Amino acid sequence: MHGKALPYLLLTPATLFLCVFFLYPFALVAFEAFTRDGGFTLDNFRTMTSSWKFPVTVRNTLLLSAVVVPIQLVMALLMATMVSRLAAGRSAALYIFAIPLGISDLAAGLIWLAIFDQSGFLNTLLSNLGVIDRPVMFLGYQSKLTIFIAVALAEIWRATAIMMVILVAGMGLIPREYYEAAEVFGASPWKRFIKITLPLLRPSLQTAIILRVILAFEVFAVVAALGGTNLPVLMGETYNWQFTLQDRNVAAAMALFILAISIGFTLFFLRVLRVPKEARI
Amino acid sequence: MSTVELSIAAPEARKAGNWLLVATVILLCIWVLLPIYLLIVNALSSPEEVTAFPKRFFPSFDFGSLSFFINFAGVARALWNSVLVATLTMLLSIGFGAPAGYALSRFEFPGKETFRFLVLMTRAFPLPLLALPLAVMFIRTGLDDTAIGLALVHTTLALPFAVLITFSLFSGIPVELEEAAWTLGCTRLQAFRKIILPLALPGIAASAVFAFTISWNEVFAAAVLTIENRTLTAFLLQSLGESPLYLKFAGGAALVIPALIFIFTVRKYLFAMWGIANR
Repeated sequence: MHGKALPYLLLTPATLFLCVFFLYPFALVAFEAFTRDGGFTLDNFRTMTSSWKFPVTVRNTLLLSAVVVPIQLVMALLMATMVSRLAAGRSAALYIFAIPLGISDLAAGLIWLAIFDQSGFLNTLLSNLGVIDRPVMFLGYQSKLTIFIAVALAEIWRATAIMMVILVAGMGLIPREYYEAAEVFGASPWKRFIKITLPLLRPSLQTAIILRVILAFEVFAVVAALGGTNLPVLMGETYNWQFTLQDRNVAAAMALFILAISIGFTLFFLRVLRVPKEARI
Repeated sequence: MSTVELSIAAPEARKAGNWLLVATVILLCIWVLLPIYLLIVNALSSPEEVTAFPKRFFPSFDFGSLSFFINFAGVARALWNSVLVATLTMLLSIGFGAPAGYALSRFEFPGKETFRFLVLMTRAFPLPLLALPLAVMFIRTGLDDTAIGLALVHTTLALPFAVLITFSLFSGIPVELEEAAWTLGCTRLQAFRKIILPLALPGIAASAVFAFTISWNEVFAAAVLTIENRTLTAFLLQSLGESPLYLKFAGGAALVIPALIFIFTVRKYLFAMWGIANR
């Protein structure tokens, strides 16, 4: 077998697979969102937006992302820079920080349920400290704020690792000489971080933020485990339309909506954190 | 130049800074590990202890919750389905991904950039949503509620990783080794099998474990596509409403502990893989 055909032959299975299970379903979901009983219509979107739950789900999802992602970014940067300055135990610390990477969002929700539940560890701690007399219902339908905080904490706990790993890999690419030069000229650690690390880390920051924001819009199982239906989010509503309400077309419209805001934010961050070709390492 | 003097002439301050650094790292480690520990405490306590208040912060090593979980109707099957789907996902994503990774690392050809774009594009989409339209397609083709049907959807999640990771693995092996084998009379396939494969195998195994973990942890598509043959995640999600606390926590532990082992086995490759896959 010779040169020219071989690469194509090797790529064929993966390409065919992605066409059938990635491109085609997306065409399908768009088609389903814009049709009903075989005809073109915008009714699915009207049904979707006129549901009283829709504004709430959009607000919850966006608010959750707006709270969680910046905190994660700061924590991930903190973890990455601290680990790089550690004299000993660097790989152990990195491994521990990376553990949540392998943990399912559902499991993360259950982990934080163990803490926030009425008979959970937070209530036990508070009552041992004498702060409360009897267990507080943190996750009841009347305590939307504590549900939100619990979900945000679980998300921060679970998904900071993915940003941290990307940033650590990115920091490894920054040439040491830059830091040495800065040190010679007397730049403080903080200055070095602001003037060298952050600008040179921009490509990694960009991927980390984009990936994380998309994942934040997909939040689903953590909320299901902690809030049930008390904190409706976009993916949960999509699931509802598909199963509880048995309306595939509106579910498809929801899917397309999530897709649209994901792409919108991807383009936004690609533009805002643009890295000029000549500035890449 | 005051900062220079500061950083050189203040060993005291530097020492304090070091302590702060170590303390923060330890604190962050506790932040990661403590919640997992608390889940394990619950899983290793009896059902009565789990629902009791106040709670103990140490496990009583009572296996009541775990044995209740294992014997609960549908759990054993769900566990088996999870393993089956994850294994299929692993085989599919490496089987399709590794050849593509090899082609990308060894050849220059028209269409290469298009393919890379296609692979990278998958990262900008919420992939689990694919399960919705596929549910209908699967009913038509008889793939609905089967392990292979779900594995195909999970493969769309794992395949881009497999392609990019194997691409960088093969790129790291000098092409000269292969060329030397050809001049000594090996065919392309022989050279690959005898020279490249042994060198790339640990990395390929690591990305296989990675694909397994992705599928093992996935919730949304699993819940959408399976009814009778639910995976563990789908089972736990759909019984959230009615199942008792100790079942949830034992189930959570059953999800977490294999995942911890997977992450541990590939720890050497963890950073290289994520760093590469997200370039």
